[in-house]
Amino acid sequence: MKIRAQIAMVLNLDKCIGCHTCSVTCKNVWTSRDGVEYAWFNNVETKPGIGYPKDWENQKKWKGGWVRSSSGRLVPRMGGKFRVLAKIFANPDLPEIDDYYEPYTFDYEHLQNAPLSEASPTARPRSVITGERIEKIEWGPNWEEILGGEFSKRSRDANFEAVEKEIYGEFENSFMMYLPRLCEHCLNPACVAACPSGSIYKREEDGIVLIDQDKCRGWRMCVSACPYKKIYYNWESGKAEKCTFCYPRVEAGLPTVCSETCVGRIRYLGVMLYDADRIEAAASMADERDLYRAQLDIFLDPNDPAVIAQARLDGIAEAWLEAAKRSPVYKMAIDWKIAFPLHPEYRTLPMVWYVPPLSPIQARAEAGLIGVNGAIPDVSQLRIPIRYLANLLTAGEEYPVRFALERLLAMRAYMRARHVDGREDAEVLAQVNLDRATVEDMYKTLALAAYEDRFVIPTTHREYAENAFDLRGSCGFSFGNGCAGGDTGLFGRAKHEHGFRAPTDAKVGT
Amino acid sequence: MLNSILFGLYPYVAIAVFLAGSLIRFDREQYTWRSGSSQLLQRKMLMWGSNCFHVGVLAILAGHFVGLLTPHEWYTGLGLSVPNKQLLAMAAGGVFGLVCLLGITLLVMRRLGDARIRATSSPMDIAILLMLFAQLLLGLSSIFVSAQHLDGAEMLKLAGWAQHIVTLQTDAAGLMADVHPIFKLHILLGLTIFLVFPFSRLVHIWSVPLGYIGRSYQVVRRRGGPAAVRVPGRGR
Repeated sequence: MKIRAQIAMVLNLDKCIGCHTCSVTCKNVWTSRDGVEYAWFNNVETKPGIGYPKDWENQKKWKGGWVRSSSGRLVPRMGGKFRVLAKIFANPDLPEIDDYYEPYTFDYEHLQNAPLSEASPTARPRSVITGERIEKIEWGPNWEEILGGEFSKRSRDANFEAVEKEIYGEFENSFMMYLPRLCEHCLNPACVAACPSGSIYKREEDGIVLIDQDKCRGWRMCVSACPYKKIYYNWESGKAEKCTFCYPRVEAGLPTVCSETCVGRIRYLGVMLYDADRIEAAASMADERDLYRAQLDIFLDPNDPAVIAQARLDGIAEAWLEAAKRSPVYKMAIDWKIAFPLHPEYRTLPMVWYVPPLSPIQARAEAGLIGVNGAIPDVSQLRIPIRYLANLLTAGEEYPVRFALERLLAMRAYMRARHVDGREDAEVLAQVNLDRATVEDMYKTLALAAYEDRFVIPTTHREYAENAFDLRGSCGFSFGNGCAGGDTGLFGRAKHEHGFRAPTDAKVGT
Repeated sequence: MLNSILFGLYPYVAIAVFLAGSLIRFDREQYTWRSGSSQLLQRKMLMWGSNCFHVGVLAILAGHFVGLLTPHEWYTGLGLSVPNKQLLAMAAGGVFGLVCLLGITLLVMRRLGDARIRATSSPMDIAILLMLFAQLLLGLSSIFVSAQHLDGAEMLKLAGWAQHIVTLQTDAAGLMADVHPIFKLHILLGLTIFLVFPFSRLVHIWSVPLGYIGRSYQVVRRRGGPAAVRVPGRGR
């Protein structure tokens, strides 16, 4: 047993309102630079939809994640090491910028400078890459927002697998949900495995997956290998970039920017202890429907004295062991079984988990239109098909998702009975095998969602790993060469005229 | 005089800049050290262009390395006569040269013709590509010159020059005095490519990721561990 710790995230989709605050604050902090205008380390998709980049869940096309070979070994879907190297001159599995969208800005200045005219002046779009006029914007980072576009297009969504999707094209039966996405900081990351330079690594102390910007040579294999398409090629610097899990904040015990700014308070961060020796076996399960269970099994109970003793031997700090005991992620994933990994069938063992959303049901149930099991409406009558959620979260296994939704509904029914009717509905709790203390904790964590219950983050004690004396007078967080910068000079390249900038800086008519 | 500057002195200048420049850039400017792929912005012509170019150019480089630097007693000892070696060089160079030509033609058309690639190219990206293009055309046209005299004497002069240069013999330039001008141009442009190498994207050649084959799939680093040794004064 080799115990490691990771700061993992859970997103409660039931409360996501699709406001994109996470995406915008993330972009302002991390990707408002040349070359990554098109990159959203965090984005919010409306499901069903083909997503960003287009069709990212279609691994037949993009070859992301791992496959289990007939001999039971795991190999990146894009191929073993020699096949990866054979793609190095031109990578057939790499998305093009139009699969994301061509980044654009608008000629805002024209609104101020235009001469007096009959019609109001307009700010027309302009490509950020070429600086040229774009006559018509055909696609954008959130083109499918709230079911925008035709059903025939968004129904190419891979999660419709084994769902009779035609009926959901009818207005009366349509459904939608939001899916905020970021790097999964996987336990078995395919991007790391596919990097020829060895520049991508997982941090032992907190599990964050980072790209060493100095070592990256821009071979761009990670972009294909990541099944979530959460590694972006910076066309300006020629390096790959990805979500950093806001590691400078996490190291200081602060939540990531996306979590901190989430107005719906749907994000949770907490420590998970896991057995690193069991990663490979868990990711290699023969039946992909077993992968969710297998991943649950490699997480360790932070209250088990044997686990604590071994964790101390493996160098995990006391503050981390304490935080693990209070981890909201552990509660939701293990104790309550209401959070699930995104697409476990990719075999990367992702560490950003999701509580599935409920969908309109109660009103129809009360009107007697659909079935009711006691106080809990029949979840198979939910507007969002269970199978669709199962394809998203459990490789198609419906039972765990159904069970989680029933628990969420039971919690609501119980608290409603208490607050509205003034009675303790023990029956509804027994139905989903919950006790009163647990359901009260669920209510406190999920519904009230106080800051200190959502984010239980120990600091990483950098002071033990670094000598502050060496760091004095250094450049803090910068790209590549510390103070040298590397964007000008003998070996660098000239800065571009165009690139991402504040709208007020936009140039007109070049 | 000019001959000895161009073929006696310039090679050492070019090689010195090539080696020292690469080392300094590797040491000081890691963030600029990359292949500079533009596939994200346009892939259509790249699939044929880049594959053909790289396969061709790698074979040609290997051919030059072996062909120029192998002492001729070695291959005659193995039963390969000098005229036959020249024919081999012309045939192999010709075939891979044409593969490379197909590739680089597509790459030049793409770099100059595609609006996105053109706009995101640095002057050096364009310059180095055109230099390689010109160098390939010179190399291919030298095959026709070689076809005029199949005795291998010219080839021996060129190989002798290269071997004298790398073995630091002072009389190298004399060997180049009366070779065909097309070879002189080819060599001068080749040396110039070595000269600008550290300032261009060509540095990615140093980083051929052969270590990947022997590496384990997963990489884990610990802060302050051996892989993350911090150098004072180079904060990040």
